[in-house]
Amino acid sequence: MAEAPTLTSRQLVRRRRRAAWSRGWAEFRGNRGGLVGLVVLALFVLIAVGAPLLADRSGLEVTQATGGVLEPPSGEFWLGTDDNGRSVLTLLIWGARISLFVGLMATLISMLIGTVVGLTSGYFGGFVGAALFRVTEWFLAIPFLPLAIVLATVLGRSLLNIVIVIGVTSWAGTALLIRSQVLSIKERAYLERSRALGAGHGHLLRRHVLPNVVPLVFANTTLCVAVAILSETTLSFLGLGDPTRVSWGSMLDDAYSVGAITTGSWWFFVPPGVCVVLVVLSFTLVGQALEAVLNPKLRKR
Amino acid sequence: MSTVAADPAAVSAEAGSGRRRRGGGYGRYAGAKVLGSLGSLAFMLVVNFFLFRVLPGDPARTLGRGRLSTPEQVAEFNATYGLDQPMLQQFWTFLKNLVHGDLGYSILYHRDVSEILLDRLWPTLLLVGSATVLAATLGVWLGIRAGWARGSTFDRFSTSTSLTLYSMPEWWLGLLLIAALSVGVGPLPGLFPTGGLHSVDADPGTLSGVLDTIWHLTLPVLTLTLAYLADYALIMRGSLVDEVGSDYLTTARAKGLRDVQVRGRHAVPNALLPTTTVVALNFGFVVAGAITVETIFSIPGLGLLTTDALAVPDYWLLQGVFLLASAGVILANLGANLIYGWLDPRVRT
Amino acid sequence: MSDLLRIEDLSVTYATQEGPVPAVRGVTLGVDRGEVLGIAGESGCGKSTLASTILRLQPASATVDGRVLMDGEDVVTMRWGDLRTLRWAGASIVFQGALHSLNAVRRVGQQIAEPIRLHEPGVGDAEVDRRVGELLEQVGLPAARAKAYPHQLSGGQRQRVMIAMALACRPDLVIADEPTTALDVMVQAQVLDVLTTLVREAGLGMIFISHDLAVLAEVSDRIAVMYAGRVVEQGPANLVFTDPLHPYAAALGASFPRVGDPAARYAPAGLAGDPPDLRSLPAGCSFAPRCPRAVDACTAAEPVLELKRPTRAAACIRVGES
Repeated sequence: MAEAPTLTSRQLVRRRRRAAWSRGWAEFRGNRGGLVGLVVLALFVLIAVGAPLLADRSGLEVTQATGGVLEPPSGEFWLGTDDNGRSVLTLLIWGARISLFVGLMATLISMLIGTVVGLTSGYFGGFVGAALFRVTEWFLAIPFLPLAIVLATVLGRSLLNIVIVIGVTSWAGTALLIRSQVLSIKERAYLERSRALGAGHGHLLRRHVLPNVVPLVFANTTLCVAVAILSETTLSFLGLGDPTRVSWGSMLDDAYSVGAITTGSWWFFVPPGVCVVLVVLSFTLVGQALEAVLNPKLRKR
Repeated sequence: MSTVAADPAAVSAEAGSGRRRRGGGYGRYAGAKVLGSLGSLAFMLVVNFFLFRVLPGDPARTLGRGRLSTPEQVAEFNATYGLDQPMLQQFWTFLKNLVHGDLGYSILYHRDVSEILLDRLWPTLLLVGSATVLAATLGVWLGIRAGWARGSTFDRFSTSTSLTLYSMPEWWLGLLLIAALSVGVGPLPGLFPTGGLHSVDADPGTLSGVLDTIWHLTLPVLTLTLAYLADYALIMRGSLVDEVGSDYLTTARAKGLRDVQVRGRHAVPNALLPTTTVVALNFGFVVAGAITVETIFSIPGLGLLTTDALAVPDYWLLQGVFLLASAGVILANLGANLIYGWLDPRVRT
Repeated sequence: MSDLLRIEDLSVTYATQEGPVPAVRGVTLGVDRGEVLGIAGESGCGKSTLASTILRLQPASATVDGRVLMDGEDVVTMRWGDLRTLRWAGASIVFQGALHSLNAVRRVGQQIAEPIRLHEPGVGDAEVDRRVGELLEQVGLPAARAKAYPHQLSGGQRQRVMIAMALACRPDLVIADEPTTALDVMVQAQVLDVLTTLVREAGLGMIFISHDLAVLAEVSDRIAVMYAGRVVEQGPANLVFTDPLHPYAAALGASFPRVGDPAARYAPAGLAGDPPDLRSLPAGCSFAPRCPRAVDACTAAEPVLELKRPTRAAACIRVGES
């Protein structure tokens, strides 16, 4: 009887990880909200990426506008026109790019800052850890919008600046979350045992702390993107976004300024908001589904 | 294995050790929280001051358009407002004045900042206050009902509505409400004013004036209530769902309590704890809502003030508003912490 | 004569995502007033399910067949109002793990008073406080401890609060579900002492559930051993412990080393294998796969619990032979 070949420890780990992934995916699929969210998100990402194919870029140029002012939907302009005669549908499609881009990039920044601060504050403790914690707490106490408005005014109106502003004002929540997770990991005995075996900080962080923190970060990121997109929309609405780019928020700002509300030009101020709601809702649903899958405590059957 | 008779000495020793831990718990807890808040406030003052000095634009140039053309006139302007002094000197002056309640002088409105703030404070408080109270009451009730009957039709409807409202920019909801209820849709006429706090001819002191104010505030309050409500409902539901499987609820049921009693006397008080914490963390959202909703409804409160002051930029006014907003958030956080300490005896020891 | 509690052919099946799980399968037991019935078994044998089903506290998704007769009335089909009256005033439960079984944000005095106020609404506040103080002193705690919160008490103190709470409405039956499992040995002894003294003094019936056969032997009059949802042996406590009939009961008793017995030190007697998966039970006797005395005939049909000696029953076809 031939013996089955023994697997190396690395192969075993890989196999176990793959099994965990497929189990997680199966569970995610069972969450209807998360699935719907994922589908809707994919749709919007496709629209954003495929914008040049869906609507000609020239449609964004004010000087090349062909339609009348605030025309209702028609055969030629499915969602009517804006105050400059541009097709609202075109604006909507291209606006998706900005909203998604800013949301994702800003989240990247806030995640980076938040993770670094949270890890350091939780893992290293002592004066540095305590100081970072105080800073995080104080940052959380500052109301987001006034600070963002001020920073946006300081830095000036550009795409990069909006990303920076949102990223720099939103990291505190993540930092707090990660810090508490790292603290609970520190409580567990295996860190101490590892250190007794001579493991250095780098090893401990890479092998023990990070793998337990990453799933949490993952779920949190998705929810952060949702908030970032809402923030971008609000800041653009207040006139602080990039004036050269169209985003859903800037469309709403235009609509408000030209009185589309009072003239009842619903095709101008309803669709951008609907898009924002759909995208933010989808990110939220996916984020909640991820939390349910990755956090066993929430799995209540 | 034989059973040992209860040792009276051991019993009283056990009992005594617990006794020392009681008493004065809440006082110490509250004191610690207040100190923490003061620290946050101090940090806020520093950030506040230096942040606005970094703003671009020169007040002299902006306000003195056409009038202050010569350097001497500009210098005189700067001297009057203390803008020519070194930064740290200005900060020290600021602190000294703060202690006396002097928040500076508004370049834009030519009045004391503290006066302007007081004037503009009450519309914001009225708006945000009523919206918060309404949203908290309704939201918590919705969350309890949905969380207790998880998966039911009510739950699914309530939760999906909450999620949708939560994903909406609150000001966009306001715009929709204006379009629907102020401007009117199709044949339906608008019922509410599109903005402002009072009608031009209304005297706010009289009863009809008060009713007029309420009429003006209906849509803004409705907007904010719906926006805040979603947050409360979702959080409360989540907290209650977490409690539902707990052992102490089985004990309560075993005692013969009815389902509603189990929910109200045992589950909800425990579920309120995480709710309080999360709601406290979300206070920044309350402030943001106030700013945007005031803007679209033209309510003359602190939110609209911020936008106006930014154009100059009117340093002292901006500082004052920011300070007030931050202080408000810190205070609200302190309040939430104190409430939490009162609800949960475990944090007091 | 089982005049207090009579469980007849009780079956409880949970509905789970992976299919129905029969936690309790055809259990028949009885408890008299003044009698202590011990129920022994490993985790997952159905003893806790049995305990909660007596007061109809099983999850809503579980199906219950059979009868649970309290003083002649069937709890399973009782009206809701009658059930709520029965709960705590007729029969009460002392739960395991008092930290989670008590409400963390209420004082223990309030929690003990709650069932009194519920079942005896006419009693005035002063009288309720007096009774709470009395109950606390009965379990060996000073009456002033009523003001404490659960987290301010030690494990043993909390468990005694649970006992005081269980006796608050002077029930006829007390169900103690692993009341001492989470405690260390010295405290365990004290709590056991309190519990058994109070029960005997008041002439109550008690069901004592534990995995520790030795504790049961000390405390109970009769013992029922459960395995995979069924009772596999029943009889007088000391006999079940010292001379078990069913192989599983023997293994359970043997797995606890006897202090001072050199043979036990050198030959620890554990039992290989795990309890069966209730979703896919083996054919015939559910213990057969682990049983040292199993033969082919054991897998043919599930053995019935029947009298093998005048006062003792066992569910094993190998019993009765020498």
